[in-house]
Amino acid sequence: MKKVEIEFTINGKKTKLFVKSNTLLINVIRNELYLTGDKYGCGIGECGACTVLINGEPVLSCLTLAADVDGKEITTIEGLAEGDKLHPMQKAFLENAAVQCGFCTPGMILTATALLKENPNPTEDEIKDYMRGNICRCTGYIQIVKAIESCAEGGKSEPI
Amino acid sequence: MQTNTKILAQEFEYLAPKTLDEALSLLDNYKDKSARILAGGTDLLVKMKTIDLKTDYLINIKNIPELNFIDTADGLKIGAAVPLSHIERIEKVQERYPALYEGIKSMAAIAVRNMGTIAGNICNASPAADTVPPLIAYGAEVKLVSKRGERTVSVEDFITGVGKTVIRADELITQVNIPEMNKNSGSAFSKKGRVKADIAKINLAVYLEREDNICKDCKIVLGSVAVKAIRAKEAEGLLKGQTVSASLIDKITKKASEEIKPIDDIRSSVEYRTEIARVIVEDAVKIAWERAGGEL
Repeated sequence: MKKVEIEFTINGKKTKLFVKSNTLLINVIRNELYLTGDKYGCGIGECGACTVLINGEPVLSCLTLAADVDGKEITTIEGLAEGDKLHPMQKAFLENAAVQCGFCTPGMILTATALLKENPNPTEDEIKDYMRGNICRCTGYIQIVKAIESCAEGGKSEPI
Repeated sequence: MQTNTKILAQEFEYLAPKTLDEALSLLDNYKDKSARILAGGTDLLVKMKTIDLKTDYLINIKNIPELNFIDTADGLKIGAAVPLSHIERIEKVQERYPALYEGIKSMAAIAVRNMGTIAGNICNASPAADTVPPLIAYGAEVKLVSKRGERTVSVEDFITGVGKTVIRADELITQVNIPEMNKNSGSAFSKKGRVKADIAKINLAVYLEREDNICKDCKIVLGSVAVKAIRAKEAEGLLKGQTVSASLIDKITKKASEEIKPIDDIRSSVEYRTEIARVIVEDAVKIAWERAGGEL
């Protein structure tokens, strides 16, 4: 099978790779770039664990062909913190105990950052609506909503 | 053997045309072979992973500028590669086409709507497609272009069955056209699923035009209750030209629930779908009537 040359930016770093036409983005991110914060959950677009940002928008890396990211800008969970300084959303998840097993967390945090960029001060319902494609099986939704609220402009819900 | 959705196992040639002309040439070249158009991938790649939909060529149209536009000047013209989430953010869609707005918002979740496209939703031709009942209700058309020429087909005629459309192998949907809405018109969308992000057990769009307290024109379109989204034409006939009242709406809802041909499947049953059809037709007709400025 013919390989396709792609050039993209991932977490601020310019990257050039040759990929097979049927290679999925998630497998390039995890297996070739070793950014294992990107999680494989269902593989069919139901769970949101593989969420990454492409040009700032949450998309599913398990349903994206690697060849399709040519020229695009990707952010994974590893790209949010600046060195040791966590992103405010990562801090909010920690402070609100919004993490249990942690498997859904990268996707949750990335989707949540996109939500606040679009809507800096969402209501609880707007948070739940926007986050509905990111599934947590530890049943930690209450803390997740709280974390996002605490990170939002006006909403200053106290950490637990 | 269990399906491995971690990888896309089948092999194909990936083609990424940069212009519409290039895409049409590719479609023309491969019209006698198996070629598929990738416009979002949220349905296509799932099918390629799980039910072994085979293709030799995959033509990605997502990055073609001519297919990435939204024109709100006269009605609504949406390029085939525009993601659903970009459509739901257009003010005119929210204000003038609420059934389309509500239909799109009801779909899956934000990441899927950032990927999926309206043209993809139409071409996929699922009986449960959420953009299809609103598009039929608004009288929308798709523009089909090939090397040989172009034609427009109403969304209603475009889809012919489960996964079946009238598109030819060398044709591409380039845009979806929705007519300008009459000032005294109103519309609404309703859907029942198990949870919010679900595929519809049943969905519905209603469009009406009001003159005083008479319903001048209307369309009632139900999805997930037949092989394709269908209009409840007898119910529409009962409403058209009549003074709208609670008792008339009651008659329409009964008629609509008799007109549908639902099946029992994994998501719902004939019994439930028939019963709930009455309820959601009533809700949507009332909301659309109020949005048209009518009173009950």
